Amino acid sequence: MSELMAAVRKDLLLQWRTRAQAVAVFVFGASALLLFSFASGPAAELLRSQAGGFLWLGLMLCSTLALADSFQSETEQHALEALLLLPASARALYYGKALANWLQLALLGVALVPMMVVLYDAGTTNVVALVGVILLGSAGLSAPGTLYAGMTAQTRARQTLLPLLLFPLVVPVLVSAVKATSLVLSGDPMGQAGGWASLLLAFDAIYWSLCGLLFPKVVEE
Amino acid sequence: MSLDDRVRPSSGPLPYALGAFGVALLLAGSYWGLFRAPRETFMGDVQRIMYIHVPTAWNAMLALTFAFGCALLSLWRGGWKWDARLEGALEVGVVLSALLCMQGSIWAKPTWGVWWDWDPRLTTTAVLVFAFAGILALRRLVDDPVRRATWSAVATIIAFVDVPIVYFSVKWWNSLHQLQSSPATVSSAFHLPLRVNAFGILFLMCGLIALRSRGAALRLRGELAPPPVSVVSPLGTAAALMALQAPAAEMTGQIRGGWEFVWAAYAVSAAILIGYSVSVHLRYRQERARQVREGTEAGA
Repeated sequence: MSELMAAVRKDLLLQWRTRAQAVAVFVFGASALLLFSFASGPAAELLRSQAGGFLWLGLMLCSTLALADSFQSETEQHALEALLLLPASARALYYGKALANWLQLALLGVALVPMMVVLYDAGTTNVVALVGVILLGSAGLSAPGTLYAGMTAQTRARQTLLPLLLFPLVVPVLVSAVKATSLVLSGDPMGQAGGWASLLLAFDAIYWSLCGLLFPKVVEE
Repeated sequence: MSLDDRVRPSSGPLPYALGAFGVALLLAGSYWGLFRAPRETFMGDVQRIMYIHVPTAWNAMLALTFAFGCALLSLWRGGWKWDARLEGALEVGVVLSALLCMQGSIWAKPTWGVWWDWDPRLTTTAVLVFAFAGILALRRLVDDPVRRATWSAVATIIAFVDVPIVYFSVKWWNSLHQLQSSPATVSSAFHLPLRVNAFGILFLMCGLIALRSRGAALRLRGELAPPPVSVVSPLGTAAALMALQAPAAEMTGQIRGGWEFVWAAYAVSAAILIGYSVSVHLRYRQERARQVREGTEAGA
């Protein structure tokens, strides 16, 4: 447990020190949201109905940048090998990084919400539900994303490979997060949002345990 | 898994024999399905696509399940043969799943009026093609054989676990597909071609996986012996894709029809299966020739 806390502290500190990168990723996400609105034209009704989808597509595009950055500094000076020499389990290192990435993606998602409200005129007073969906969805992006980032950071063509591996995998996250977000934004008379949230929760539970199980294999030499 | 672990590529004509037997069964089953089986009442002749579509579906899933098994064994038991088989099964599974999507959309046009529809099985298969094609790309881009074996096994396990989740999420999201076909849901007059084709593709698939794995094992032997070299040959798939452009272009604009869609589905299937088989054979020959060449150079 103390190993995990140390790993989380290390990764949070790393992200705090590189916060300029995180801001750049946010600007990228905001500009993506701006560009998406050109795809469907200025009709307010249409934009409002697609706001949830655009938010999650924006966050998904951002996630590849943020996740790749998170392993960039570990591979540059062979820091990862040094970390593995420490008397800490690879699993703790993985969960530390995955938790830090989760926090970063969730903050990014929350930061993109005001952009969505302004651009697409799609807001809600049920902030708790919206933040809950963002937390569940970004957890689903972070668990497999961190594992794949750890792999692809050490390969050629890493910019292509990470989204190529990650995007098909997180289709269930995208489907259920978009549905849940749209239901929160446009009202949920049938009470369906809970079902989508449980699907997200199930995906998160499966991938947080499976990726933690497999990560030591990925980094072992 | 260590580098000292010996790679022993098998030899012998078994893959070719399996493939030839599969092709013979496929020809017989397709002949029966196209010309002898009775016309289906509701869908007419279009239903004849089922005789190739459903066997492709069963076998594509079987190939990817085998890949999952190879990934588990490669990761926990070790051994290069499982890595080579993983490569073979992944590639054959991706080709069959891509073929499945194409047959499905050719069948969808006359029956549902659209080429594509967001039905759970069709969408899941498309997602599956991209997920496993990504793993093939990962294998191409990692040069270290040990890392490649571990990483692609890990990625295969992660992608395979995703399949049911994708299926259920898309199913909730939207649904339209007819119920799954199995011999039990199909009248007995339609059984024979379905079964014969299923075994035909099964044998062809086993032959292809065996030959492709043998090629991968040969390449691994070359890579593990210093100095390492790698071979890239993106043959076949492009040719197969080009072959399918022609029939697809001819029939745009028609909304309902019968035989032309049946022919298109069988032509696409034949083009892809033949193109891919030729590609596997050529790549295997190329790999073997390279090994022989390097062997003689090393000897001299």
